[in-house]
Amino acid sequence: MKIKNKAFRDKLTTFILVIVLFAFAQTMVACGFASRKFEGLLVNLCVYIILATSLNLVVGISGELSLGHAGFMCIGAFSGSVFSLALQNTITIWWIRFPLALIVGGIMAAVFGFLIGIPVLRLRGDYLAIVTLAFGEIIKNVLNNIYLAYDKNGIFITLSTENSAQYKINSDAATRVEIIKGAQGITGTPKDSNFIIGFIVLMIALFILLNLVDSKIGRNIEASRDNRIAAEAMGVNVTRTKMIAFVTASFLAGVAGALYSHNLSVLQATKFDYNLSILILVYVVLGGMNKMRGVIISTIILYALPEYMRFLDKYRMLLYAIVLILMMLLNNNARFKAFLAKISPKKAIERARDKKAAEGGDR
Amino acid sequence: MAILETNGLGIQFGGLKAVDEFSIKVEKGQLYGLIGPNGAGKTTVFNLITGVYKPTSGTFSLGGEILNGLNPVQINRKGIARTFQNIRLFSKMTVLDNVKVGYASSIKYSMAESILRIGRYSKEEKNANERCMELLKVFDLDKEASMLASNLPYGKQRKLEIARAMATGPKLLLLDEPAAGMNPNETAELMNTIRFVRDNFDMTILLIEHDMKLVAGICEELTVLNFGQVLSQGETSKVLNDPKVITAYLGEDE
Amino acid sequence: MSSFLSYVLSGISLGSIYALIALGYTMVYGIAKMLNFAHGDVIMIGGYIVYTALSTYHFPVWISIISGMLSCIIIGVVIEKVAYKPLRNTSPLTVLITAIGVSYLLQNIALLIFGSAAKSFTSVVPKEWTIKTSFVTISGETIVTIVVTVIIMIALTLFVNKTKTGKAMRAVSEDKGAAQLMGINVNKTISITFAIGSGLAAVAAVLLCSTYPLLSPYTGAMPGIKAFTAAVFGGIGSIPGAMIGGIVLGLIECLSKAYISSQLSDAIVFAVLIIILLVKPTGLLGKKINEKV
Repeated sequence: MKIKNKAFRDKLTTFILVIVLFAFAQTMVACGFASRKFEGLLVNLCVYIILATSLNLVVGISGELSLGHAGFMCIGAFSGSVFSLALQNTITIWWIRFPLALIVGGIMAAVFGFLIGIPVLRLRGDYLAIVTLAFGEIIKNVLNNIYLAYDKNGIFITLSTENSAQYKINSDAATRVEIIKGAQGITGTPKDSNFIIGFIVLMIALFILLNLVDSKIGRNIEASRDNRIAAEAMGVNVTRTKMIAFVTASFLAGVAGALYSHNLSVLQATKFDYNLSILILVYVVLGGMNKMRGVIISTIILYALPEYMRFLDKYRMLLYAIVLILMMLLNNNARFKAFLAKISPKKAIERARDKKAAEGGDR
Repeated sequence: MAILETNGLGIQFGGLKAVDEFSIKVEKGQLYGLIGPNGAGKTTVFNLITGVYKPTSGTFSLGGEILNGLNPVQINRKGIARTFQNIRLFSKMTVLDNVKVGYASSIKYSMAESILRIGRYSKEEKNANERCMELLKVFDLDKEASMLASNLPYGKQRKLEIARAMATGPKLLLLDEPAAGMNPNETAELMNTIRFVRDNFDMTILLIEHDMKLVAGICEELTVLNFGQVLSQGETSKVLNDPKVITAYLGEDE
Repeated sequence: MSSFLSYVLSGISLGSIYALIALGYTMVYGIAKMLNFAHGDVIMIGGYIVYTALSTYHFPVWISIISGMLSCIIIGVVIEKVAYKPLRNTSPLTVLITAIGVSYLLQNIALLIFGSAAKSFTSVVPKEWTIKTSFVTISGETIVTIVVTVIIMIALTLFVNKTKTGKAMRAVSEDKGAAQLMGINVNKTISITFAIGSGLAAVAAVLLCSTYPLLSPYTGAMPGIKAFTAAVFGGIGSIPGAMIGGIVLGLIECLSKAYISSQLSDAIVFAVLIIILLVKPTGLLGKKINEKV
């Protein structure tokens, strides 16, 4: 059937796009054109694409403005790192331990996504936005104060600096291992991430997202966004449907967080503030929402842009801000859109086809 | 046997009785009309029967089963589907996908099967596509299947709403002003479609309408609402000649 | 007991500042139906202008404050005209992202002009205004903040309810289209709203920097977020709601800092917000909107 082919073709194009970009970047790395730092940035690019596409499931497909995506990433990063650090000596084979750490990160984030989703999804619009923002800040604030360590006497965990200072004096210094050191965060997470793994995880995430959207559940999610009342009247359980989108997105954000934390030497909760959530949201909105491919492309461009504008030095972020505002203004300017349509060859073909159809289809 | 039966159904908003003592019996396979002046409470009756509002008095039942207190999703699953007075399509989805949302509860596969593309996924999707395309053909919408719902012309949007409601596999179909905003040709075509649906899908239809030509043309029985209360009830021709009804619509004779 | 009283007073004082900032959010939201994410950064800019006038040019305090207010009003109105007005009929998300862009822009302009090192702001309130009793010490900043906020709130309430412009603002917030048909100049009304919000932001900046004297390009961000929270908390779009929301938030913050945990106070503030919104999903004084089927 023609219709089914279209959805399939769409997905294939997206995968091919990602694979080609990967092959290109990998060649650069292999031929020695790229530095070690560049490879690290590529891992982060994979992380950001997973974050942006999963957030798109909530914002674009499900139509709920979430400002707390960094919070789920934070949970994934911390739980993934804690898992790896705690089991470093138990599971010594990294390629078994690391996927498990990614899954642990994802599941922890999904659990929180579910718990947060129960109250949050009852709210609408801006209220939902502010509550997700608040949750992100709470997660950041709490994780920034957690102290987690163990010695021969057992595990110790606290949120208070006085207690952790006391513990440092009382515990057995010889066997004490500090995993989360309060505001200093986690150091020494095994550096298991690399670009190839990042790419594989990204492909799996896209596979999950694109297949989910192109299914009964995906259609229900979109229907709940377009018209909640009609969706309910058609037998769609809107709350449950939105929850599926929210939890899936949280899970993937958690996986992305664990991928991210295994690429870092120091992991601190303060990095995961609302600015990060907003940064990801900007990728989604400028990607046109709804379309996963657009979100991927906009993430790549907007991620690379500030990196390649480094020569601009201190004017870099200023320019970034101006570009952002101009993009929004031009994108919504009728005259500019008409101009784009005039010069776009694809639109010209469509116009010709429409004209032909209009002439032929006149009854 | 009556398929839909309401017994003294009513709802109060604050001090206002929007609908009061509303009792009707709709027989299986009937085309039943609900008419009345603006603000008489017709759409409120639909909202009560579909679970959007919870009745403050009385009961309603489908096929003998009392449905009071169920939410819209549960009521739809029990077999009542509706359309809306102000069209409520899934505007950013295609025409086919709109109908497939209605068909969703008949599509049997799990989330895991859909993500991994295994098991029942392909078979069920193929079946859903075929079924929904058949339905679109009935409403002459098959050529527009891959169009966005919001790009359809107005008359076709109304038809798509009916098609979508039909896809949920209802026992009772509620149409809220299906002919609103249509020209006489479109209305005539719609009348044929409604009759076709009733005859070929063995459907019971309860409809709200202002277009008297349509009402007189297809409805077998009528209930007239005025100020939330039943003014007249019975066979179409009798009700339309009832002096009380004429007064309500045209005002008192001098 | 006396320490409790001083915590309560500093909570009310901090809350008053949140309330002033929250007013900017709530009025703009009520009228333009948009989240002006850049509002917190307008405060920061206001702080820098007053700082420059005071420390670099040694202007008198009142001239410095007035020049700060005027500059903020101009900046606010220009931002609205250039960045938000062309997007008035697009999706709320588009406007939100633009506002975020404006927020980045303001931060980076400040970064370029003033550098990233924090400036220390000299309080505009004379030391002698501190009230010392055997029971409790109240700083001059606390007194001034509370008094100024109360005056502004009363003035604003009168303005919105009694004047023609105020009535126009209420009409526009109810229904933009109908207001236009009734001959209200919608563009002008929205500009006035932005002007008032930005002017109040400058006042908030002076009070904020006098109490917490460190000024950096990111000074506005966190108070901005908290004030936005306060606005939602009180019921977004409602002026008394912003007042109550701000003060409740300030009290929770100061008391939890004092009695529960100084590091976890932000988490506690946001947790209380969430609980309130779950109990009352439209905020304390928000209106419930039912969608007609």
